[in-house]
Amino acid sequence: MEKYDIVVIGGGPAGLAAAASAKENGCNSILILERDNELGGILNQCIHNGFGLHTFKEELTGPEYADRYIKEVKELGIEYRLHTMVMDISENKVVTAMNRERGLYTIMAKAVILAMGCRERPRGALNIPGYRPAGIFSAGTAQRLINIDGYMPGKEVVILGSGDIGLIMARRMTLEGAKVKVVAELLPFSGGLKRNIVQCLDDYNIPLKLRHTVVDIDGKERLKGITLAQVGEDGKPIKETEEYISCDTLLLSVGLIPENELSNACGIRMEPVTSGPQVNESLETSISGIFACGNVLHVHDLVDYVSEEAALAGKNAVKYISAMETGETEPDQNEAEPIHLVATEGVRYTVPAVINVNKMEDSLIVRFRVGNVFQDSFISVYFDEERVIHRKKKIMAPGEMEEIKLQRVKLREFENLRTITVKIEKE
Amino acid sequence: MYDVIIIGAGVTGCSIAREISKYKVNACVIEKEEDVCCGTSKANSAIMHAGFDAEEGSLMARLNVRGNEMIETLSSDLDIPFIRNGSLVVCTNEEDLPKLQDLYQRGIANGVRDLAVLNREESVRLEPNLSDQVVGSLYAPTAGIICPFTMTFAFAEIASQNGIAFKFNTTVEDIQKSNGCYEVKTNHGILGSKYVVNAAGVYADVFHNMVSSKKMKITARRGEYCLLDKSAGSHVSKTIFALPGKYGKGVLVAPTVHGNLIIGPTAADIEDKEGTNTTKEGLGELLQKAGNTVKDLPLRQTITSFAGLRAHEDHHEFIIREVEDSAGFIDAAGMESPGLTSAPAVGEMVVGIIKNTFQMETKTDYIAVRKGIVHAAELTVEERNELIKMQPEYGNIICRCEMISEGEILDAIHRPLGAKSLDGVKRRVRAGAGRCQAGFCTPKTMEILSRELHIPMEDIVKSGMEANVVIGKNRAVK
Repeated sequence: MEKYDIVVIGGGPAGLAAAASAKENGCNSILILERDNELGGILNQCIHNGFGLHTFKEELTGPEYADRYIKEVKELGIEYRLHTMVMDISENKVVTAMNRERGLYTIMAKAVILAMGCRERPRGALNIPGYRPAGIFSAGTAQRLINIDGYMPGKEVVILGSGDIGLIMARRMTLEGAKVKVVAELLPFSGGLKRNIVQCLDDYNIPLKLRHTVVDIDGKERLKGITLAQVGEDGKPIKETEEYISCDTLLLSVGLIPENELSNACGIRMEPVTSGPQVNESLETSISGIFACGNVLHVHDLVDYVSEEAALAGKNAVKYISAMETGETEPDQNEAEPIHLVATEGVRYTVPAVINVNKMEDSLIVRFRVGNVFQDSFISVYFDEERVIHRKKKIMAPGEMEEIKLQRVKLREFENLRTITVKIEKE
Repeated sequence: MYDVIIIGAGVTGCSIAREISKYKVNACVIEKEEDVCCGTSKANSAIMHAGFDAEEGSLMARLNVRGNEMIETLSSDLDIPFIRNGSLVVCTNEEDLPKLQDLYQRGIANGVRDLAVLNREESVRLEPNLSDQVVGSLYAPTAGIICPFTMTFAFAEIASQNGIAFKFNTTVEDIQKSNGCYEVKTNHGILGSKYVVNAAGVYADVFHNMVSSKKMKITARRGEYCLLDKSAGSHVSKTIFALPGKYGKGVLVAPTVHGNLIIGPTAADIEDKEGTNTTKEGLGELLQKAGNTVKDLPLRQTITSFAGLRAHEDHHEFIIREVEDSAGFIDAAGMESPGLTSAPAVGEMVVGIIKNTFQMETKTDYIAVRKGIVHAAELTVEERNELIKMQPEYGNIICRCEMISEGEILDAIHRPLGAKSLDGVKRRVRAGAGRCQAGFCTPKTMEILSRELHIPMEDIVKSGMEANVVIGKNRAVK
């Protein structure tokens, strides 16, 4: 059996940044396994700009952003295998992979970094009634057809869901000559970034209809049209608000799901809200030595944060291995009682969900999303009963990730700290 | 000039085609779609019924029990995924308990083996997720679940390999009798035949009525279904029926042979014979009714919903006979549930009818056994590596949800009557049938179809002549 210190599952932005960071932190035995025919993951089809503002202080396209990390990985001499599907990860970190040349084979790793990304929610998950013709695509599939394969899915488009990929595709299809008739969003607010609403819809006069959904699909073979209806407070369609819109294409941008089939099969404990693994301050899952980062952990809004998070996972994987090898095992001994993060009152979840103060760095960024639009509200953090952070934000929306920074010294000041609560407060 | 023309390449037509291909006969199957298994056969409960539902002495009862017996051998000879998982008809009301006894008695009379009436404790022991309202059940161990696609493809492939012609995208426009033979007028010209078998599903009345003064009426009875992710597939292990009502067997909850969970069908009579759309009302009703028999259904795991049309004849009975006033025209009509289960027996019966008036010699070189598409994920590591060594495409995963390799897709395309469309690939090997519903594999499968069949990407269809996936290269839009 082959042996590597670290096996990284996925060669997208998370996997690349994790591998590069692991190498920079002193690990020389790293292997990236990528199922596609090139490194870079979904960034390769994101040919629009807006990537890298935080990381590189400049605006890059997706492929350009990916390329910086691909170059780094190559310069660092990190091994990678393309066209390789990981079939299984065992609890004791044996990775089973498959490709055309090697067939089915196993690799023994000391640490594994999960970076498999996410997939789009399909039509079926929404149970939209109607026919099942050609012409219905998840936004990312349409993006790939246009940007990678060079084919147009259709010319008269309705987009359901205002997630970022849907917004980006509204602009992209318009630029390719299609008519995007409407973007419909079930919720009273968009799930995408504000800047995408402005740059992709407003700038092209594409209407965004909030509180609307598709209630019927017409066309037996190729899509002919859809019926749009307004929805009430309860999220249910309101009678007599139905409107038929002819179109040959329906794009769905109705959410992303972390792709955790391998994690589930491995027995890793999952977080129901994020659909990603539950991780601690080291981004380590419930199985020690298996780390997670990027969209497989929780769906991010900006790739910059993916890279940052992944770098931390890579660094911690190296720490884990050196602790094992210097005999500081079992790493869970001489540990302080874990501190649990509680997401409540407007906060949907936090990553991480657990902190071991002895293992955290000087400071730790905790990321979360809010469940609604909040104006002139406060992000509040309580250490047990005491409020320690109270930061005003003009606007917070579910489409944008929020973060707080915790200082280790501050945590240490609280003896027997059990719970850190993160919530949104009006005042 | 054909000896036999079969109209319809659904499971009934293909079963008849397979049966008749055992004989030296010049026969063809006419199908209006581009593939076999495009109508009722592709959208049903995928159940092998035990046979206690149909009225004693009816053709339905006889062919159901016979079909259920035959499927055991057929599934192994033809490599059809089939599991005899058993079924429970559950009763949720003390007052209705006698109806379970009635069903039991009917089953005995129909010749169904091993039936048992169970009380609540016994039922829940077999199936822990039965709803709290369940007071008893009828257990039928001989019931099973099957892949209706593979069943149809297997029949068709065997028929094709044994010399039966298949004509796709061919619509029958008229049927005339002249000089003791039938002239079947199609969009591709007139085909002559001594015998015509009408296995046209919801359209069977249209063709029957072309040749007979005794009119038939087939109503499309729509059934809507939800299919749940494999993570929900073990919620029940047996097929769970509610006690039958006026519109058939009611909503069932069952595992599929592929490990998903299926819930359905509803029953609504509709005018449109192509009305395979789901409805808000139907899906709502489905989810509500399924909860009556099974508790804690993980409905959030729904990956798709769909509707199929049962070919319901007014008398709720199969019509399998030579048309009285049109010798040589044989109906295989009214093939609603248990039509899938009965299909093998219908094949036997129809060929038996033809043999009454037509001498056919048995073939000595009949190909009886079919090797299905290898499902690489089910092989041992050694077997799989052997396969990949011989054909590296088996090492290249295209559909990551169902873990389907390029090798399997190539087999689906190149075997007899191979796949020509995305849905054709999906029904043969399940690429695109998983939880992402073809989000990732659509472009890849299109490329493979385009490359292998030498057709441009623009001409790749989902299912049906007009169902193009893309409209052209970028900037093709005016």
